[in-house]
Amino acid sequence: MPDEALHVHEPYQTAAQQAEADTMGMYVFLATEVMLFGGLFAAALMLRTVHHDEVIAASRQLHIWIGTANTVLLLTSSLFVATAVVAARTGTRRLCAGGLIGGAVLGLCFMALKAVEYYSEYREGHLPGFGLPAHFSNGAEHLFMNLYLIATGLHAFHLAVGIVLLLSLAARVLWTSFPLPERSITVTLFGLYWHLVDVIWIFLFPVLYLAR
Amino acid sequence: MSAHIRLMVAVWLGLLLLLALTVGLSFLPLGDLSPLASTGIAAAKAALVVWFFMHLRQDSGIIRLVALAAVVWIAILLTLPWIDFSSRHWL
Repeated sequence: MPDEALHVHEPYQTAAQQAEADTMGMYVFLATEVMLFGGLFAAALMLRTVHHDEVIAASRQLHIWIGTANTVLLLTSSLFVATAVVAARTGTRRLCAGGLIGGAVLGLCFMALKAVEYYSEYREGHLPGFGLPAHFSNGAEHLFMNLYLIATGLHAFHLAVGIVLLLSLAARVLWTSFPLPERSITVTLFGLYWHLVDVIWIFLFPVLYLAR
Repeated sequence: MSAHIRLMVAVWLGLLLLLALTVGLSFLPLGDLSPLASTGIAAAKAALVVWFFMHLRQDSGIIRLVALAAVVWIAILLTLPWIDFSSRHWL
């Protein structure tokens, strides 16, 4: 029975070996995510190098306190998910599901606050590409706001995927005979994805909001 | 509350302190030191998340190597264009 619960497949001999391969596969995927966002960070670095003063002026127009509040929300969601992983490894089902749901709810709060922020920028005419004639004081500010919209939008998409993953996993932990701690690797891998989305925001926040 | 969870809460408090520090520093006239400070603090926060929340401290060497490879790749991706753009005015 333990072997069945562990789902050890060929070519792996032990659950630990299989879990290590699973984790490494996830890290390789996360490295590709780092490179995806890396292109945007490279664009931000070039923009700042070439248009130093304009980028600082554009960054000052962003809502720094909404960005800060959203950073607090994401960091706290990561604490919840890290707790869920610890709970999964000790087989504490309710704490595990609670951590996953708490992380997802904080992620939803982040999205809601982000929507408020986008709407207020749209009203101020700082958000490019949404019909209302945006008024920028110069081309570099327009470029910076394009980058802001693409980078935060891509991040929000990743967060939405993460919220769906966390909630579906929480449902499996609560309402199916999902074996814990035997299958804690699944919680671990979903957690790794969630934390990486948090790490990307940790860098997006100073690059976009704190450019001084 | 297990020791593991207490450790996670301590890491979270550290992350919030670093966030307060980086937001506070952004209001000081640091000039060109400002991006260095904010990026450095972001790197410290990322290191805390990866080492504790992503439990890299408990993972084997090969997994740490893959994580390090991601850092090396992005360092190349950022450094080479930066050298290009920041040295053009020398010509």
